[in-house]
Amino acid sequence: MAYDKFNILTSSGVPLPLENVDTDQIIPARFLKATERKGFGDNLFRDWRYHQDNSPKENFVLNNPTYSGKILVAGKNFGSGSSREHAAWAIYDYGFRCVVSSFFADIFRNNCLNIGVLPVQVSPAFLDILLKAIESDPKADIKVDLPQQKISLVHSDHAASFDISAYKKENLINGFDDIDYLLNMSEEIDAFAAKTPL
Amino acid sequence: MSASRTLFDKVWDSHVVRSIENGPDVLFIDRHLVHEVTSPVAFHGLNTRSIKVKYPARTFATADHNTPTINQHLPVQDPLSAKQLKALEENAKDHGIPYWGLGHENNGIVHVIGPENGITLPGATIVCGDSHTSTHGAFGAVAFGIGTSEVEMVLASQCIMQPKPKKMRITINGKLNPGVTPKDVALYIISQLSTSGATGYFVEYAGEVFRDMSMEGRMTVCNLSIEMGARGGMIAPDEKTFEYIQGRTYTPRGDAWEKALPYWTSLYSDADAVFDKEVEFEGNAIEPMITFGTNPGMGVGIQGGIPMANETKGSPSTYKKSLAYMAFDEGETMIGKQIDYVFLGSCTNGRIEDFRAFASIVKGKQKASNVTAWLVPGSHKVERAIKEEGILDILTDAGFRLREPGCSACLAMNDDKIPTGKYAVSTSNRNFEGRQGPGARTLLASPLVAAAAAVTGKVTDPRTLLETAYA
Ligand code: SF4
Repeated sequence: MAYDKFNILTSSGVPLPLENVDTDQIIPARFLKATERKGFGDNLFRDWRYHQDNSPKENFVLNNPTYSGKILVAGKNFGSGSSREHAAWAIYDYGFRCVVSSFFADIFRNNCLNIGVLPVQVSPAFLDILLKAIESDPKADIKVDLPQQKISLVHSDHAASFDISAYKKENLINGFDDIDYLLNMSEEIDAFAAKTPL
Repeated sequence: MSASRTLFDKVWDSHVVRSIENGPDVLFIDRHLVHEVTSPVAFHGLNTRSIKVKYPARTFATADHNTPTINQHLPVQDPLSAKQLKALEENAKDHGIPYWGLGHENNGIVHVIGPENGITLPGATIVCGDSHTSTHGAFGAVAFGIGTSEVEMVLASQCIMQPKPKKMRITINGKLNPGVTPKDVALYIISQLSTSGATGYFVEYAGEVFRDMSMEGRMTVCNLSIEMGARGGMIAPDEKTFEYIQGRTYTPRGDAWEKALPYWTSLYSDADAVFDKEVEFEGNAIEPMITFGTNPGMGVGIQGGIPMANETKGSPSTYKKSLAYMAFDEGETMIGKQIDYVFLGSCTNGRIEDFRAFASIVKGKQKASNVTAWLVPGSHKVERAIKEEGILDILTDAGFRLREPGCSACLAMNDDKIPTGKYAVSTSNRNFEGRQGPGARTLLASPLVAAAAAVTGKVTDPRTLLETAYA
């Protein structure tokens, strides 16, 4: 699936300081019925964002005009639960390109990397700095530099580096996906399959 | 390669087609399970690239997540669900994949039908676009859930690109007390390790407790590996494993069986193999468990109380938000809490052994009048066994009715939704907010605890109702 290339992103952040935000919160199962990848952003955090009569819940952060931006700053163990890539799609389709947390669930992290959302894992202390900065100035810019693997709070000395595999980094910067790579090694796979009984 | 390897190393390493420097391994996938919810966009991707499924014979499709559990012989009412089912049927046909749709004798929850049909084998790599693919690890397979982009990858190339996870071993020795089931063992481990305690690891379960377990029990434990954050869990195959798989539809036979057996018996962690992390518990420390919060790590022994916020490890505000959703207070006891629904089913506890356990408690009793019970077999094969073993009669006499197979209220994509504010004792795997329906409140527990709740209408220790020791 094609996605926008990722290089350097500077944006304000949207705070969601809850822990263990699971994929059923990111997108509830009843919205997984589509056969195309379209419109998932509308249902991002559906049950936190809207009442059952579809009116917005005023106190949820996405309904608060004070906060905006392409970076979601979330509490520990973000994305736990199911393997539904719809969760990552919903985040991308809503307009986020980067999620910052002090810990990510495994499958969710992979899903993000596969569809062009950059998961940035930082220390609990750095996460705290970001959240406090957003609290005092919702427009405070955060700079995520993928080539340098560096995240910083613009107009401050606060900066941290983050990990990403060299392979995935290449992919994100160039907008490649794994299938391109795998299709190029078709013969090698055939040879492997031939000696692997069904 | 070092001489001493873990079970996981043996299976993983033998499937690496290529190792990318500073990147993932290209891992060959023996068998790929596909269902209607996470596959349509992947097939769409293949069609856009004008490519076909590389090895249809290694791919199996079923409908389970989105299907009704009554009147399956009638057309599916929900137009979106019907469209997804139709899409899978057509995709399977276009790409030459065996498809077990609604009504097919092999139909059922993907993680129940894999083992039943011998698709799940020791030493195999198995993936599916569903996180509970970890279930298949019970047979000594490396099995894990994947996202839709990865489903597309496997359809296109039979390979997946994954960094090799770290290895953790969880050892439990000793014997389990009466009334303590594999589900309790898993909920206990998660309550100790938390829902992120095994993130980044692949878990091996070892020790007497797992050796003594039936294959069904091992599946329940491996199924829940994902709920502690692990990518998967596995148990070394043994005689029980071989006996279970022998003669099933896709199990090798004749010469192929004879050839496979010595390989399968070599699949165990070498005595001096090194794990990145080791954890040990005692079997007799485990009680029947129940959860009180909104993640599977928020569980206690059924006689216990809800911990105070200041005694818990995570953030107190997240903890309090969770209790507020459940309308529970810190310090309350769980026993005696009134409940509204009971759900027996899912890939965690929807197998025949689970129905036997449920029946052992409700036999000769009556369903409580305040309880709505949904009993949903994991597959048609389970459904048939329930009838053949006389379990259906026991359930019917006690005022219960059996539904048709599917995921049902485990994720409530179909009509089986627990209403807002209602309490459900569920044998499934997730108690997240809204998982079983918007506003639903889930208490995860074993089939025995679910049965005790179903006949008493409240949270009840099943040991007070056990007439014969649970085997
Ligand atoms: S029963 Fe629940 S966990 Fe299992 S495959 Fe179905 S939806 Fe997933």
